[in-house]
Amino acid sequence: MTTSKKTNTPSGFTTKLHLDKHISRRFNEELEQIRTLVMNMGSLVEKQVNDGLSAVLNADEKLAAKVIERDQDVNTMELEIDEYCTQILARRQPAASDLRLIVSVIKSITDLERMGDEAVKFGRNAIKLARGSFAEEEGARPLVELRHLGQHVCETLRKALIAYAQMDVQAALEIIRNDNIIDEEFDNISRLLVTKMMENPREIKNALRVTWCARALERIGDHTTNLCEYIVYLVEGKDVRHSTLEQLSETMKE
Amino acid sequence: MINIIKDATRISKTPLTTTQSTKLSTTEKVALSLKKRHQKEKRFIRTGFFAVIFGFMLVVVLISDITSKALPAFHQHWVKLDVNYQSDWLSVDSDTTQTVFIEQLQTANYRKVLKNSLYDMFPSSDGKKLSRKDKRQLFKLFSTNAEFTLKNELIVTPTQINKSVTIWLRLDDDVDSYLKEDFPIGEAGLRISKQQAQWLAQLTSEQRIESRFNFSFFTASDSREPELAGIKGALMGTLLTLFVTLLLSFPLGVAGALYLEEFAPKNRWTDLIEININNLAAVPSIVFGLLGLAVIINIFGLPRSAPLVGGIVLTLMTMPTIIIASRAAIKAVSPSIREAALGLGASKMQVTFSHVLPQAMPGIITGAIIGIAQALGETAPLLMIGMVAFIVDVPTSIVDSATVLPVQIFLWADSPERAFLAKTSAAILVLLSLLLVINITATVLRSKFEKK
Amino acid sequence: MNTIDLKQNDSSQVELKQIELTETVGNIYADDAKMSIRNADVFYGKKQAIHNVSLDLAKNQVTALIGPSGCGKSTFLRCLNRMNDTIDICRTTGQLTLDGEDIYAKDLDPVLLRARVGMVFQKPNPFPKSIYDNIAYGARIHGLTNNKVELDEIVETSLQKAGLFNEVKDRLKDPGTGLSGGQQQRLCIARTIAVSPEVILMDEPASALDPIATAIIEELIDELKEKYTIVIVTHSMQQAARVSQHTAYFHMGKLVEMGKTENIFTRPSHKLTENYITGRFG
Repeated sequence: MTTSKKTNTPSGFTTKLHLDKHISRRFNEELEQIRTLVMNMGSLVEKQVNDGLSAVLNADEKLAAKVIERDQDVNTMELEIDEYCTQILARRQPAASDLRLIVSVIKSITDLERMGDEAVKFGRNAIKLARGSFAEEEGARPLVELRHLGQHVCETLRKALIAYAQMDVQAALEIIRNDNIIDEEFDNISRLLVTKMMENPREIKNALRVTWCARALERIGDHTTNLCEYIVYLVEGKDVRHSTLEQLSETMKE
Repeated sequence: MINIIKDATRISKTPLTTTQSTKLSTTEKVALSLKKRHQKEKRFIRTGFFAVIFGFMLVVVLISDITSKALPAFHQHWVKLDVNYQSDWLSVDSDTTQTVFIEQLQTANYRKVLKNSLYDMFPSSDGKKLSRKDKRQLFKLFSTNAEFTLKNELIVTPTQINKSVTIWLRLDDDVDSYLKEDFPIGEAGLRISKQQAQWLAQLTSEQRIESRFNFSFFTASDSREPELAGIKGALMGTLLTLFVTLLLSFPLGVAGALYLEEFAPKNRWTDLIEININNLAAVPSIVFGLLGLAVIINIFGLPRSAPLVGGIVLTLMTMPTIIIASRAAIKAVSPSIREAALGLGASKMQVTFSHVLPQAMPGIITGAIIGIAQALGETAPLLMIGMVAFIVDVPTSIVDSATVLPVQIFLWADSPERAFLAKTSAAILVLLSLLLVINITATVLRSKFEKK
Repeated sequence: MNTIDLKQNDSSQVELKQIELTETVGNIYADDAKMSIRNADVFYGKKQAIHNVSLDLAKNQVTALIGPSGCGKSTFLRCLNRMNDTIDICRTTGQLTLDGEDIYAKDLDPVLLRARVGMVFQKPNPFPKSIYDNIAYGARIHGLTNNKVELDEIVETSLQKAGLFNEVKDRLKDPGTGLSGGQQQRLCIARTIAVSPEVILMDEPASALDPIATAIIEELIDELKEKYTIVIVTHSMQQAARVSQHTAYFHMGKLVEMGKTENIFTRPSHKLTENYITGRFG
């Protein structure tokens, strides 16, 4: 977004103009408000994911219950931001970067809300896992793997949200490129858990629950990648969804 | 709201102090000044109304004064006489051939016929013959052209020779004035002596005097005798002069204005020309008369006192007016019409003549009318070029000697005879009517252009 | 617990961004250009209004010229049919061509040019004549037809194309100034197309009209582009976005950016364009 060069003033420019502020102060405030709301929703969802994962890994029933309950807030935020965006579209007819901002926000909150839903899955599974008899030593390795994947995903999510706040295209592209790592890790866990299920049929229930948690993490990773694709669209104006890695590097070179 | 106004009118007697003005709200402050504003407005309306009434009354007074003075000019008194066409009085020989007889009639002595017929009608009251003085006085009762009336009558019907005929004859202007002034019949007055008054009384009692509408006012040209004077000559002169003026000044003025507005480059020369034209409009008209005399008559040798010269002089006067008014009208044409026509691919000439000129026409015609109306009433320059002469013949072409209505009015106003007073006013009325006709024509023309 | 840092490195500071325009960005050339302009400069006396503008006008497409007030878009438009010739102190240099012919050639009569490049103005300006005469005027002065039948046909066709025929067909003798604003503007458009131009220049044609009349005019422009090349100057960005296929952004007499309309309005390349379109400046 910052493609300026400090050179001689062309005639007619005054030093009083704030070039990046809209002439309509209210419009500026509205756009700032959208960004704030989205960031808040992002923070909340990140918290949900972290807490949900924590609840699963530590078999914390209370935390899990809180996560499930807080999903309401996430949903409310989605509705609120959606409504706000629709109003801005109707009243302001935004163009260029403002238009891309609104369009990407509308898409982003869908992904964020889904992430929230995945976090709720954590919560539910956490409760069930906690109530079920889960032998620590037996389920140690899958949970370790889960913890590893979980940390990775949470880290990725955090990076994505920072990139969103700072409009950092490079960071976003990095995350898009590394999405396959998450997928590989998920495959690993799946295989591990399938082995475990084959070894000990009594552990199938728990193993399945862990699988579902892992799948939820994988989905969160996908949604995070989507967020990063929206960042690229917002900043560069290029739609990089559904591109392969080769196509991606091609588009970014232009 | 009403309370605020009531309070305000109470408070408004004293000017507001600063503390007061800060305590009052806007509405209250407005209410305070409201009464004064309404009063000012009413005063202005009243003043304007009275100004209009005053102007209107002046016009009414002027018109009614002129009309009342002019009315006597429109009717004349005629007298019925018994005339004897005796051949010996006429000194003609009735026994010769027809052609010789007609010839003789042209040069016969009709005055004698008139005089003798009169003497027969009015024998002296003492039985004696009329004295010289009486005879003269009797003859003076009749218009100087009475004998010509007798002549025309006989020439039309020569068989009336040696017969007694009843003819209507015009009375002299002194008698006419006397009769119009409503003096008691039989009493002397004005320039009528007692004897003449008695004769008139006798004629009146015999029902021989009658008042007729004065057609000759319109059909005769100027004359020394008021009862014979008419405005036909002056009217024709005016119309011819105006015709020449219109013919010359309108095309030149409009073309000049079009050129200056549309085609001339905008530089110092055109500014200079514009200043000069504006100044020309303010030059005293007599200067143009001198110009006409010095240049047009002396150098170019055109006939003096002709409508052609008068027209040229008046053109010089009217053209600046027409140019100025036309320029204003042309300037007022909206540039968007010009642009639209240009955008369609019209050339400059086409734009000017198909769009600018028709749209500016109402204004141009108004300017032309103002100019013509000015020219109509101009006397000074025409006096300079010789139209002050006493012209008896009705002019038929633009190079005949002529006079114009304003000059005619000026000449008649100078004359001592009482009857000329009425004639002057009547001529003024004719002039004003001409102006009215021109204005109406212009209004009709203008509305025709505006409708398009 | 992480908090997201909301620090964004543009809008909050009062940092002055000074941007110099060195050359135009975007797509200024077209394959089938009806009119080409290369290095055009326009001077009003000593003051330069248009600086070194080059662009192509694609055939049978609508090109919109947008930009803030006083940026020279109307001046540029009037160059295309030499209407600037009527202003004495205006001087145009550069190479402007119509179908390859130089329109500023010494031996080219502007009258001829204006028969091929028509113009519609901001304020509807029908002649104070009848509707019929308004439209017939152009045909008459160029001598396009001599007999009444052909003239009637030209009038009817033009009114049909302008979408006005059905509304006025039974009052062709009424004065053109008696129509409503939107109808008057359509009458002016009909008048322009009656001389069968190839290019139609429109200087803010709908700015004096209400929204419905504006929508009708925009619809008309869309239909007209099948047969004519259209250039439209507009203050309304939404109108430019709706109506045109190509958009050129002018800024202080220079052409900043030109390209396909959808690109200009979703992802403009130049910061100045971005600022103008989003309402950040201008």
